[in-house]
Amino acid sequence: MSRTMTGARMVVEALRDQGVDTVFGYPGGAVLPIYDEIFQQNQIQHILVRHEQGAVHMAEGYARSTGKPGVVLVTSGPGATNAVTGLTDALLDSIPLVVLSGQVPTFMIGTDGFQEADTVGITRPCTKHNWLVKETDRLSETIHRAFHIATSGRPGPVLIDIPKDVQFAEGAYVGPEDVAPGRYQPERHGDSVAVEKLVELIERAERPVLYTGGGVINSGPEASRLLTELADATGFPVTSTLMGLGAYPASGKSWLGMLGMHGLYEANMAMHGCDLMINLGARFDDRITGRIADFSPGSIKAHVDIDPSSINKVIRCHLPIVGDVGDVLTAVLALWKSRGSRTNGAALADWWRQIDGWKARKCLSYRRSDTVIKPQHALERLEALTRDHDRYITTEVGQHQMWAAQFLHFEGPNRWMTSGGLGTMGYGLPASVGVQVAHPDALVINVAGDASWLMNMQEMGTAVQFRAPVKQFILNNERLGMVRQWQQLLHGERYSQSWSESLPDFVKLAEAFGCRGRQVSDPAELDDAIREMIEYDGPFILDVLVEKHENCLPMIPSGKPHNEMLLGDQEAAEDIGSAIQDDGAVLV
Amino acid sequence: MSNLKLSQGASSHSAYDLRDPNAQAEERHTLAVIVDNEAGVLARVIGLFSGRGYNIDSLTVAEIDHAGHRSRITIVTRGTPAVIEQIKAQVGRIVPVHSVNDLTVEGPSVERELGLFKVRGTGDKRVEALRIADIYRAKVVDSTLESFVFEITGAPEKLDAFADMMRPLGLCDLARTGVAALVRGN
Repeated sequence: MSRTMTGARMVVEALRDQGVDTVFGYPGGAVLPIYDEIFQQNQIQHILVRHEQGAVHMAEGYARSTGKPGVVLVTSGPGATNAVTGLTDALLDSIPLVVLSGQVPTFMIGTDGFQEADTVGITRPCTKHNWLVKETDRLSETIHRAFHIATSGRPGPVLIDIPKDVQFAEGAYVGPEDVAPGRYQPERHGDSVAVEKLVELIERAERPVLYTGGGVINSGPEASRLLTELADATGFPVTSTLMGLGAYPASGKSWLGMLGMHGLYEANMAMHGCDLMINLGARFDDRITGRIADFSPGSIKAHVDIDPSSINKVIRCHLPIVGDVGDVLTAVLALWKSRGSRTNGAALADWWRQIDGWKARKCLSYRRSDTVIKPQHALERLEALTRDHDRYITTEVGQHQMWAAQFLHFEGPNRWMTSGGLGTMGYGLPASVGVQVAHPDALVINVAGDASWLMNMQEMGTAVQFRAPVKQFILNNERLGMVRQWQQLLHGERYSQSWSESLPDFVKLAEAFGCRGRQVSDPAELDDAIREMIEYDGPFILDVLVEKHENCLPMIPSGKPHNEMLLGDQEAAEDIGSAIQDDGAVLV
Repeated sequence: MSNLKLSQGASSHSAYDLRDPNAQAEERHTLAVIVDNEAGVLARVIGLFSGRGYNIDSLTVAEIDHAGHRSRITIVTRGTPAVIEQIKAQVGRIVPVHSVNDLTVEGPSVERELGLFKVRGTGDKRVEALRIADIYRAKVVDSTLESFVFEITGAPEKLDAFADMMRPLGLCDLARTGVAALVRGN
């Protein structure tokens, strides 16, 4: 049954019918009618951000930590264009978002009106889908469809552009149950013949590896449980991309750690030397593959992905299975049990012996210090002191992000929020606020670098206003650490523009925002500082002064294959500046 | 190579079933894409091609089902077999896209294009233009004492050949629709 109401009320009504409890947004002229409706209700909480980019990253943090879509409300023109980085970030990391933007009234579209921008044009390549709604009668149906598209298949951000006259006009509201199921229904179940083939490969494999990605997390907690079940049933080693950390518990006996450019030696060597690679919800990103021509040369590659365009995009695979990771794993495990399958135990034992040899290299070792805080040490202490908490971690982008991925351990999915595909500096602080809003009682820590953190530091105001007790753990090297590292590797140690001069005093900055801060530079005081941060009842900025020129290792230099990693102990022995040759230098 | 040995045709989408996946030679493919005729759908398809660096040789679009608001976009593109496969997968996942058919693979198909050619000339050249137009079964749709506009329908190669013939005879302007294509038979 349809009811008549204004477009603005429809927005709030539709969000409520979709089970939305939180909207991140910023008002402006073209969304005033919607804000007026928000004012007149109490079911949906509105988090007022300080910049629209922050709103989108908060919604990403909310979405990734809850599994529910994040919702954003921004005004026309600059409100929408400020959201573009966040939309692109969510597209590359497959995060479900519904972004509502105001637009100038329909009769003004195309006149270069005040705060007019071609929002659907600008956001077309950075959304999964978008709409300009020109009739109020179509608005509620469009919003319901938007939620369906954002959350089904490979998740992603969608945007609905709503002209102001459409918000004021009255029309018929339809609820989600009255919207006909759309044509967009991506295949979830993998091809059964292919699943059977995969089980046969698992039975025969001598040197297998499970290569898991963000798709396992996106599929839901059940997929993580099934992955653990498969790893336990087969004894196959598990490695994961940056986006997939937590899908398999870090304490699990099959865990190899993260793979890729800054992944662990044993993970990358296992990828290189395996004879069966089972890719579950990962996409052979260039941070993972290194030199394509030499990527895992001797392996049969099976690839489970819900997005057909991920198959054969970068790496040719032998056994593609288009479907949801959770559904496919269910089918694999069912067949595994019904066939009474067994692995090739003797070969697998040999394979593990080889892997244990690689593990013995202890690739994460670093030179310790009593006088200066090593960033790796800071993260080891953070891990030790927060391990037993109900903990969520977000990060910015750079060296600290890779160290966090190496040194922090995740026992379950949805606990790790980071900008993987787009590599957006400024992601972590707003994302931590979004996570905290969704989990008010949890310990939410943003592991940050000084440069990244400054990019969206205005969102500390949001954290303070909404009493989100986020912990900002800044590894401050007064550098753009990863840029500096690449300049050392590639550009003759000419550190062009990669240091941060005139950094603010982070402790005073915390006070200025109305929260607490502390600076720590003595390794002996680190634990006490971390404890103070955890125990403080409110947002906290911990400014950890760390070694300035520490390199993030191990590393696959660009243009090199997995078995040519640069390890920490080699750094001292050889000229690190010669690690990358000219053909690798053009790569990012 | 691994001794795991995966047999050919192991799955319906196996890379083994593709024509030589490592071929570097570019192929020309005609894709028929059925889409919802909604605002911006053509921009989505074209934006995908430009954004991901794919080629478009020709593109035609028109609504084919007014009641169902569906349009057919016919795209002639070029790329290695791997790129063609990726193009189809990328186009196929655009939300308002119903189907992507590769007529070059599913063929045989008929391809037709319509062209309008303006040829200016007098005397022998004018007579020769008219005679050649007759050979190509082109129609005269406009005439002045010094010019003709010919309408010609055919495969793109036929239009190319016709243009080559007309150029020395005074071809001064032309318009082509791009390819429309259908699979032969039922």
